[in-house]
Amino acid sequence: MYTLIAIAVLGVLCLIAEIFNVRKAIVPVTIIGLLATLGLTATGLNGSADTYNNMIVDDNFSTSFSCLFILLTVFLIALTPSFHEKQVHKISDFVSIKLFLLTGAIAMVAFGNLAMFFLGIEILSISLYVLAASNRLSLKSNEAGMKYFLMGAFASGFILFGIALIYGAIGSFDMTVIQEAGTSADVEDWFYIGAILLSIGMLFKIAAVPFHFWAPDVYEGSPALTTALMSTLAKVVAMAAFFKLVRAMNVNLPESSQTALMIVSILSMTIGNIMALKQTNVKRMLAFSGISHAGFMLMALLAVSTSGGILLYYTSAYALAGIAAFSVVLYVTKDKDNEDIFNFNGLGKTSPLLAAILTGALLSMAGIPIFSGFFAKVFLFGQMLKAGHIILVIIAVVNSIISVGYYFKLILAMYTKDATENAKSVPFVYSAVATVAILLNIALGLYPSFLLDLLT
Amino acid sequence: MDVSLLLIILLVGAIATFLSGDKWASKTALLFSLAAFGASIYLLTLYNSGQNISLMLQWVAMPKIYLALGSDGLSMALVLLTTALTPLIIFSSFGNSYAESKNFYALILFMVFAMVGTFLSADGFLYYIFWELSLIPIYFIALIWGGGNPQSRKKAVVKFFIYTFAGSLFMLVSFIYLYQKAGSFLLSDLINVKLTSQEQLWIFLGFFLAYAIKIPLIPFHTWQAKVYQKAPAVGTMLLSGIMLKMALYSIIRWQLPLAPIAAKEYLFYFVGLSVAGVVYGSIVALKQKDIKKLLAYSSLAHVGLIAAGTYTLTLDGLRGAVLQMLAHGFGVVGLFFAAEIISRRYTTGKISEMGGIRIQAPKFTSMFMILVLASVALPGTFNFVGEFELLYSLAQRSVTICIIGGTTIILGAFYMLRMFQKVMLGDKNEKFFADINVNEGIVMVIIISVLLFFGLYPKPIIDLITPSLQEVIKVINRI
Repeated sequence: MYTLIAIAVLGVLCLIAEIFNVRKAIVPVTIIGLLATLGLTATGLNGSADTYNNMIVDDNFSTSFSCLFILLTVFLIALTPSFHEKQVHKISDFVSIKLFLLTGAIAMVAFGNLAMFFLGIEILSISLYVLAASNRLSLKSNEAGMKYFLMGAFASGFILFGIALIYGAIGSFDMTVIQEAGTSADVEDWFYIGAILLSIGMLFKIAAVPFHFWAPDVYEGSPALTTALMSTLAKVVAMAAFFKLVRAMNVNLPESSQTALMIVSILSMTIGNIMALKQTNVKRMLAFSGISHAGFMLMALLAVSTSGGILLYYTSAYALAGIAAFSVVLYVTKDKDNEDIFNFNGLGKTSPLLAAILTGALLSMAGIPIFSGFFAKVFLFGQMLKAGHIILVIIAVVNSIISVGYYFKLILAMYTKDATENAKSVPFVYSAVATVAILLNIALGLYPSFLLDLLT
Repeated sequence: MDVSLLLIILLVGAIATFLSGDKWASKTALLFSLAAFGASIYLLTLYNSGQNISLMLQWVAMPKIYLALGSDGLSMALVLLTTALTPLIIFSSFGNSYAESKNFYALILFMVFAMVGTFLSADGFLYYIFWELSLIPIYFIALIWGGGNPQSRKKAVVKFFIYTFAGSLFMLVSFIYLYQKAGSFLLSDLINVKLTSQEQLWIFLGFFLAYAIKIPLIPFHTWQAKVYQKAPAVGTMLLSGIMLKMALYSIIRWQLPLAPIAAKEYLFYFVGLSVAGVVYGSIVALKQKDIKKLLAYSSLAHVGLIAAGTYTLTLDGLRGAVLQMLAHGFGVVGLFFAAEIISRRYTTGKISEMGGIRIQAPKFTSMFMILVLASVALPGTFNFVGEFELLYSLAQRSVTICIIGGTTIILGAFYMLRMFQKVMLGDKNEKFFADINVNEGIVMVIIISVLLFFGLYPKPIIDLITPSLQEVIKVINRI
């Protein structure tokens, strides 16, 4: 709860700082503030409390995911000033919107009540719409923002309608009541309709097939930093929230919902991968790769009672690799008007460190040891085999093989093509963020129990 | 003192090489590889004196994963092969200059680190990590420092990577499946899992895919010839000399003990497939015009025979396989080095552009001749010992298969000697060919002396490996 308040206050402070003309201090102060909040939040692990009539629940699930979100936001905010170099006077807006987005994100995992959940998802979404369209003079950015807004508003409608139906069936927004209702007696039919609508809305936010059509366009059109945010933070948040919802409603849901989830998961990873193979634009490619990773993460929902830790591990591994990859992409495409792969030609020679980091991030996403992406996949596959989904695991394995195809396209470009431009010095912040992210990724690989044990 | 010492030396060596800068990289790498060789000799003496040099630490509590490094005669033999070949391979590269050599040599040491780890792991998960880790460095070595047309090299290397990665993932699924039953990845726990013969077959096939691609056996060999041809000489030596031994070793260490029923039930299919590779490799080798490709296909034939030996499930088959792995390791590195020596002078791989070297380079010619003769398993060379045992084990299972396998030795002699004739003999070549220099000579002489010494006196190695192979046979026959 205090996390939520602290971050919202930090966001407001940012806006005030702008008024008092202390623009230079905004980013450092925010980062220090966030790190302090991260520390305080982490001390709350292994405790459990609910506040405001069970509106916010601080259990291990919400606390550990909140920590992950704060960490990701720190990275994203650290990148903000150099990315928006030319819009220095708007820096407070960019930072504070990200902070508000983070409050939404935390509300989405810490909710104990569907009303709170909806508030969270709306705060997150609206911040994202603004950020997507934040490059005001670019047609593409405007298009992305508009598209995302229209589609996202639709999805929010679904979610709200679903919540209303669930309320109609159970008579409460409270998660514990909803959870108990299923075990005690039969629930009304419209509970299922509500659950389906809610799931559709969430699958849309996650960008799982067949609700993924917005993602590539929006990812490509948005400013690259926003793309980074959407494909790491926003995806992980939606995934965690969906997991929490499914876990609460699991007892009520019929067997067929498992089948439906499995199909969505298979479709997401397969179609995401196949589409990614054909892309030449790096942002689009990462968008489709994100869709396929969403498919992998959805697998965790098939064994919802035991796989909380695995989801946390998978999302952390994926998001950290994503941050590392995107900070390199941000640097490379900084002054370019497109993000095509040829921009990466010869990066292995012009800036070996960034090339190595991007390679590591892509290897992590492809699932190659010692990066944590590998361990995430192994734990997930193990969980699925335990639950008896052998076919699903084999499909996932085949997809992992396909994914190597496009991840390596980028690696090949960096190491085998000749550079088109001369080496220039890399701004400190890009290499710093990328290095820290990839090191954390590797550290997770070496000490997987650190996260796994939190939620088991 | 335990075997982790070796891994630490190699890893520190890789980092030190990277930090030492381009100028000193090759020397640093050589130094550390020699240190690793020394350490493995030291560990061998410890092992022979009966000390426990294994390591067992818990790494992840849930799922249960151990940092378990075991060592028995089988592991030690292959570790010795690896650490003995590494300094030779590194030293052999002193005649070439590589751009950004600090990365190049660091990758070599890192790859050796991963391969030694593969040979030592006694925990399936750790084993898999090392197995996969070894793939990354060789991918970059072949991709960045390889020769030939960049476009086709890229295609060949990526194909190689995706092939092997795909195979490994199915092995991983097999491991995870076994873990669900055993509750641990330790080899000693995994072999106690009771599986139906149906389950064993799937497990067996999962492993088989990984190994058949890496060895390679037909029909999974299509990546091999091109990669051997395009990779830099060092990469080819690492691949053919050590890396494919990882797969052959793994058959004995993991696949057969974990799925013995399937191995017995389908024995003739797998022996047959392996021998088919022998015949196929020999026939295709007849038609090759590029010396590296010819050696690649001859290697395909030889490793096919080794795989056939392991799948016979006899003690002779396993022992012959291990002996032949060691012999082939040294032999093939020597042959590829000879090809490299020629290509340093003539900058071509085409056999038709060679010939007439003998008159100009008598020393090189005689060394090359000995290597060729060793490769066709002339009695008195190390290869003969291994090949003899392999054929004997095939005969124990089926005389027909043994005869088919045996004919390839004749075929092998034919194409190897014909290659030698075309490359070395004939009228004096118009192009100048400098005789072998001191550095190249040292590598050649060491390899030849190893092949001859163990050809005449293989007892130390046989004594080293036989007890652990008997152990493996006992595990296979437990059901």
